[in-house]
Amino acid sequence: MTIKIYGMPYSTCTARVLATLAEKEVEDYELVPVDLSVGAHKKPEFLKMQPFGMIPVLQDSDLTIYESRAMARYISDKFESQGTPLFGKTAKDKALVNQWLEVESQNYNPCVSSIVYQLVFAPMHGRQGDETVVKQQLEKLEKVLDIYEAHLSKNKYLAGEFFSLADLSHIPYTFYLVNMAKKGDGITSRKHVSAWWEDISSRASWKTVTAKMN
Amino acid sequence: MASLKVYGKTYSTNVTRVLTTLAEKNVDDYQMVPIDLLTGANKTPEYLKLQPFGQIPAFQDGDFTLYESRAIARYISDKYEGQGTALSGNTEREKALVNQWLEVESQNYNPCAGKIVFECVFAQILAGRPTDEAVVKEQLEKLEKILDVYEARLTHHKYLAGDFFSLADLAHIPVTNNLINVAKKGELFSSRKHLNAWWEDISSRPSWQKVLQIIQAGQQQK
Repeated sequence: MTIKIYGMPYSTCTARVLATLAEKEVEDYELVPVDLSVGAHKKPEFLKMQPFGMIPVLQDSDLTIYESRAMARYISDKFESQGTPLFGKTAKDKALVNQWLEVESQNYNPCVSSIVYQLVFAPMHGRQGDETVVKQQLEKLEKVLDIYEAHLSKNKYLAGEFFSLADLSHIPYTFYLVNMAKKGDGITSRKHVSAWWEDISSRASWKTVTAKMN
Repeated sequence: MASLKVYGKTYSTNVTRVLTTLAEKNVDDYQMVPIDLLTGANKTPEYLKLQPFGQIPAFQDGDFTLYESRAIARYISDKYEGQGTALSGNTEREKALVNQWLEVESQNYNPCAGKIVFECVFAQILAGRPTDEAVVKEQLEKLEKILDVYEARLTHHKYLAGDFFSLADLAHIPVTNNLINVAKKGELFSSRKHLNAWWEDISSRPSWQKVLQIIQAGQQQK
């Protein structure tokens, strides 16, 4: 087993990587837990691997990679010949996957992760969530979701008619938004966004990840 | 007639990220189509067809439209693989490290640095309000910690992904230029030996010098 993933299954960013491994039909890896409650991610041994003190981290023999989206790309490239093709088939497909990966990263994730932090993770760590921030971010998210709705009314998935890493990258935080933060109205009230969400969150790969969360 | 078009204005670091990539790949044959945020040109129905979020840049290669500067940069890097600087690493390992540092730029560096630049440089023009010093202070504290990590990394490697210049380094240039030269936060860099050397190196590259000239020429046209 050459691949180790340092992280926790309930962590959204770890889940992004685990889902990618599942889509690529990679089972031969070890998930090494990092106990955030005791600050394991801030200890020197961990900081040697991930100097920003965040999970997850990937180790493949002597290569260490962090940042979940970079890890997902690495897995996608290394296991290109098996499982779901996560970047489409052509150069244009790949470009559109990259575009929507950036949209997720720059436009979608900042809103959603902020809401999820305030309503789920802050209370988990004994802090009061900030309702003003939640309200502001929900307003921003509504505008973003209008654009997704228009796009998904013409395309089955974000990069076109094929599931890709761009769709996958949205799953963990959206799952938390809908199921834990209970702020999924924006998703479920939009016909095509809702259908897309149902589709991607029902994939076998995501089910293996949620099974690990319990 | 150039089949490549870049929509936007050169005051945007996202636009100049794309122009710098084109320069590194020795691609001169493209057209800049002005889309000025200050006139609301980014909110017209015609532009929103290209970039539905109303952001700049947008990019066209013939009839293929793409947006998000980092995605555009990747596209240019792939399309012109055989010319100019190799920007994405040559081995699986190098590629992975380039992608890692592109994410660090995207998730850690740019949000902090971008907020500082916005508050210090653009708040008045774009949001009609003075600099929020509390935000600047908070973001500077975060950025100091991030730059300590960069300093440690660059102590052992000439560039972020290793000993080769890549898209990961390039992605930092436009915002860093604003941070140091416009927002006047150069101390962040001059106080860190290897970080400073890295900045001197990457900002002296002909590609960035060329883009600086394009920016200046743009400022002279009204």
